[in-house]
Amino acid sequence: MIEVLARNVLRFIFLIIFQVLILNNVQLGGFINPYLYVFFILMLPIDTPGWLLLLLAFVMGLSIDLFENTAGMHTSASVFMAFCRPYLLSMISPREGFDRGSVATIQKFGIGWMLTYAGILILLHHFALFYLEIFRFSSFFSTLLRVILSSVFTLGLVIVSQYLFSTVKKN
Amino acid sequence: MKNIFVFIWRNHFVFLFLLLQSFAVYLLIQNNNYQRAGFINSANTLSGNFLNIYSNITEYFSLKKANEILAAENAELKKHHPNSYFRYDVQVFSINDTVYRQQYNYRAARVVNKSVNKRNNHLTLNRGSLHGVEPDMAVITPVGVVGIVKNVSENFCTVISMLHVNSKISAQIKNNNYFGSVVWNGNNASLVDLVDIPSHVKLHKGDTVLTTSFSTIFPEGIVIGTIEEFELKAGNNFYTIKVKPGTDFRSVTNVYIVGNLLKNEQQQLEEVSSDD
Repeated sequence: MIEVLARNVLRFIFLIIFQVLILNNVQLGGFINPYLYVFFILMLPIDTPGWLLLLLAFVMGLSIDLFENTAGMHTSASVFMAFCRPYLLSMISPREGFDRGSVATIQKFGIGWMLTYAGILILLHHFALFYLEIFRFSSFFSTLLRVILSSVFTLGLVIVSQYLFSTVKKN
Repeated sequence: MKNIFVFIWRNHFVFLFLLLQSFAVYLLIQNNNYQRAGFINSANTLSGNFLNIYSNITEYFSLKKANEILAAENAELKKHHPNSYFRYDVQVFSINDTVYRQQYNYRAARVVNKSVNKRNNHLTLNRGSLHGVEPDMAVITPVGVVGIVKNVSENFCTVISMLHVNSKISAQIKNNNYFGSVVWNGNNASLVDLVDIPSHVKLHKGDTVLTTSFSTIFPEGIVIGTIEEFELKAGNNFYTIKVKPGTDFRSVTNVYIVGNLLKNEQQQLEEVSSDD
């Protein structure tokens, strides 16, 4: 229990620092802004109670907003993503259900499952985020391109981070 | 009554989601109101100080560029130093200057946080109300316009960058004084648009675009940028002009905050006149 708590707190702090100091300065072709901080919400234990999930996503989004001058934007997108997570998980759960305290990892569920799970949630998050940012539908397709390209990039980072984190754990 | 509580408890996940989401939307809308101070922004002490430390480290990377700009400005100022002039008069008079009265004051500030890759970009500066900064002051560098101060805390202020979808700066072309507005379409950080220039004006690539005296925010004649390309689409009465900003928003570190001492006077007068 303590170990799970400590790991998530460390992940929370690390992801905020990484997002604010490094990823926010990444600009690839003006269309790609990766938001790896959603990794925190993806990696919360699967049986996290709904209310805690929403509150944690809220705090995460608010912390990112604090640094980016984007009051409410990341908060709204993260809370939306956390809201969708339990429904998605029940749709793609294995036949015998999830074990207690299990975490969504490639090692446990395989790369295909992970791509579905992370891919859909990241797409939902980025969709909400980029359309809240522009706040109109006039340049719909240009924004959609940003959503898709950034989602692919974030998904790639999530997969890479999973491999990185799990090697640390084995040692 | 009991049934209501049972209903809420059973659906607490959805209700909590709606509660948190509406709070987020409230923040979003409240912050979008121009001029209303949002309280979640990087002008607050915690994130402001954190970003200050970070920029203390990263500003070394753009030191060379910053030095070049400062050196160029020093050279410009040296030109105006009394020592660079040959004195023709012998007597020295002390006069109380009633012809010129100071209208603008300048405060040096450093950029502690910035973005260029969003649709709506902001900067945070290390000057705030303790240093006399107020909302609506202009922010410039020696080479170009940066933006307008939005929120002010004790030690920091946030700036709406020229690279903001809602930013609109009154501008004129230097060699013919035709005026229009500089806006940004949200795509490319190294090009802004100059609109409302009528089709009969003769333009040249490389023409300088300056601020006008119409707004009470920017002093007249501050460089905005140079014309990169222009085009007259068939059937249009106005040019489509792309302007390269003088400021390199990716590397900007040292800026000036410009206050207009006569702003209230001008605004009050204009308000009274427009009421009639």
